[in-house]
Amino acid sequence: MNTSQSYLQQQLPSKRSHSFRLLGLIVGILLLVVCSLISLTLGAADISPDVVWRALFAFDGSTNHLIITTVRLPRVLIASAVGAALAVAGSLMQGLTRNALADPGILGISAGAALAVVVSTFFWGSLSVQSYTWIAFAGGTIAAIVVYTLGSVGRNGMTPLKLILAGAVLSYLMSALTTGILILSQRTLDEIRFWLAGSVAGRDLDSLVQVLPYIVVGLIIAFSLSKQITALTLGEDVAKGLGLQIGWVKAIAAVAVVLLAGSAVSLAGPIGFIGLVVPHIVRFWVGVDYRWLLPYAAIWGAMLLSLADLAARLVIKPQELPVGIMTALVGAPFFIYLARRKIKS
Amino acid sequence: MAIITPINSDFTHSEPALTTRKLTLAYDQAIVLNELDLAIPSGKITALVGSNGCGKSTLLRGLARLLKPIKGTVYLDSASIFKLSTKEVAKRLGMLPQSPVAPEGLTVRELVAQGRYPHQGWLQQWSEEDENFTKQALAITNMTELAERPLDSLSGGQRQRAWIAMALAQNTAILLLDEPTTFLDLAYQIEILDLLYDLNQVEGRTIIMVLHDLNQACRYADFVIALRQGQIVAQGIPADVMTEGTVREVFGLESRIVKDPVAGTPMCIPISRRSHPLTSNH
Repeated sequence: MNTSQSYLQQQLPSKRSHSFRLLGLIVGILLLVVCSLISLTLGAADISPDVVWRALFAFDGSTNHLIITTVRLPRVLIASAVGAALAVAGSLMQGLTRNALADPGILGISAGAALAVVVSTFFWGSLSVQSYTWIAFAGGTIAAIVVYTLGSVGRNGMTPLKLILAGAVLSYLMSALTTGILILSQRTLDEIRFWLAGSVAGRDLDSLVQVLPYIVVGLIIAFSLSKQITALTLGEDVAKGLGLQIGWVKAIAAVAVVLLAGSAVSLAGPIGFIGLVVPHIVRFWVGVDYRWLLPYAAIWGAMLLSLADLAARLVIKPQELPVGIMTALVGAPFFIYLARRKIKS
Repeated sequence: MAIITPINSDFTHSEPALTTRKLTLAYDQAIVLNELDLAIPSGKITALVGSNGCGKSTLLRGLARLLKPIKGTVYLDSASIFKLSTKEVAKRLGMLPQSPVAPEGLTVRELVAQGRYPHQGWLQQWSEEDENFTKQALAITNMTELAERPLDSLSGGQRQRAWIAMALAQNTAILLLDEPTTFLDLAYQIEILDLLYDLNQVEGRTIIMVLHDLNQACRYADFVIALRQGQIVAQGIPADVMTEGTVREVFGLESRIVKDPVAGTPMCIPISRRSHPLTSNH
């Protein structure tokens, strides 16, 4: 039996201590930089690290330097931005819905954004990145509202199962519509086929610059809500009891989700599983405190998508796969593993 | 049980802790409680009892402002609870729902630290006061040694103690608990109820809880409210409330009320078909 004094002397060393977590964050950033540099050297043509270095800091206009600055650098940066956005969006959704299987892909937000983009391309032809982004936001928002509403009908309100089912049903429907439009219109297909499978290739830095502000705003909103999201994961009654205005928290967090997922879709098409997998990996190290989970998710999401893109470039060299196919190949088994574990418990 | 050493907690008042006026609560238009007038005594343990679906949990949720009334209101120190900011209420009133579920991997310390939420601002970092209340809550509930363990690795009783520790870290004068002992083994039930009793005795916290077990309600509560179909059948000290007539009216059960040989409080012995002493020549 301990007395009230003993707890004051006791300082258990913890792997969840602040300094440990901070160290992990710094290591993560360094790893991300290393991954990005490796990613710059490898591809259809392998370019040595010192050439990469000179291309970045002493550009001379040679072919290799051009490949680095106009093809690979935008690609690496876009993969990082999209990966971070998707991972943070997925973390937010898993916290908000208390559902370990939530992610922008599974709950239909990516499919909604993609359908909106395809429909507008069908009617108006090729569009600017800026308009893609807003159309993707609109599509993602509508999909989110519909899925949330469908997932909440019935006596017990929103349950994780109903939400997943609603997301799956709506995703199928929207993917079917998307496919239908693409079959009807060869022109639309040609314009966005590669985009639709999820790809970070063939975009220039300019498109990133145009979408980046939305991602940054989304991340800022997400990070500033981290305390509230942590409280919300204890259940709505507990969160309300702690003085949380859960209606507001959910609405603002949903805005962040749509900004992040919509930006990601408009830049790279619907890339699945990053939003699902990364929060789980990160939780394993830092636990469920969102003040730590979100920054970790951003870094590891960026790193994972960069690596997936690197793999997509290398597996069938000199051709390449869309990165969305790569993440699906890795993510789908992980989803099945998670779902099975949830069913068992 | 750890010795309770309050930091600055003196919660004793003479006014009723919570009062309701014409409180009408409903789920999806189906009225559960109709125009209830109630005064919960301050600094006492109050138990809400009744059969399943009688509205006792609904009443508790209403008192904790988790359920918005369709009519009437709840007063916290003479101010309507819905007029106060929800964070302000959270500094004075803590609520532990029935069988709460923590996310996988959450440690006891992290859970208990959540109790400090209403005392923190948007940018305010973890303060020394937050740290002290968290440590104290862990110590009172005897959870200090388990603080770094994830909740899902603990037994039911330990888990419930961790949740109570979270409510304690919130440091509220009023504590509402919905069936704090469900799904616990008998020994853990007594442990939890003893802990709540100590909190009330030493710190003068007002405790309001829904209890399933009539005899536990009589043993631990100063004030018992018996409900049936959203109506108050009886309220008062256990000795007045716990009569054979009340048990019949509330539960539809014949019983004998005897004196609890341990605590001296009323004890309800149900009368059933199998009520004759066993005979050995069978």
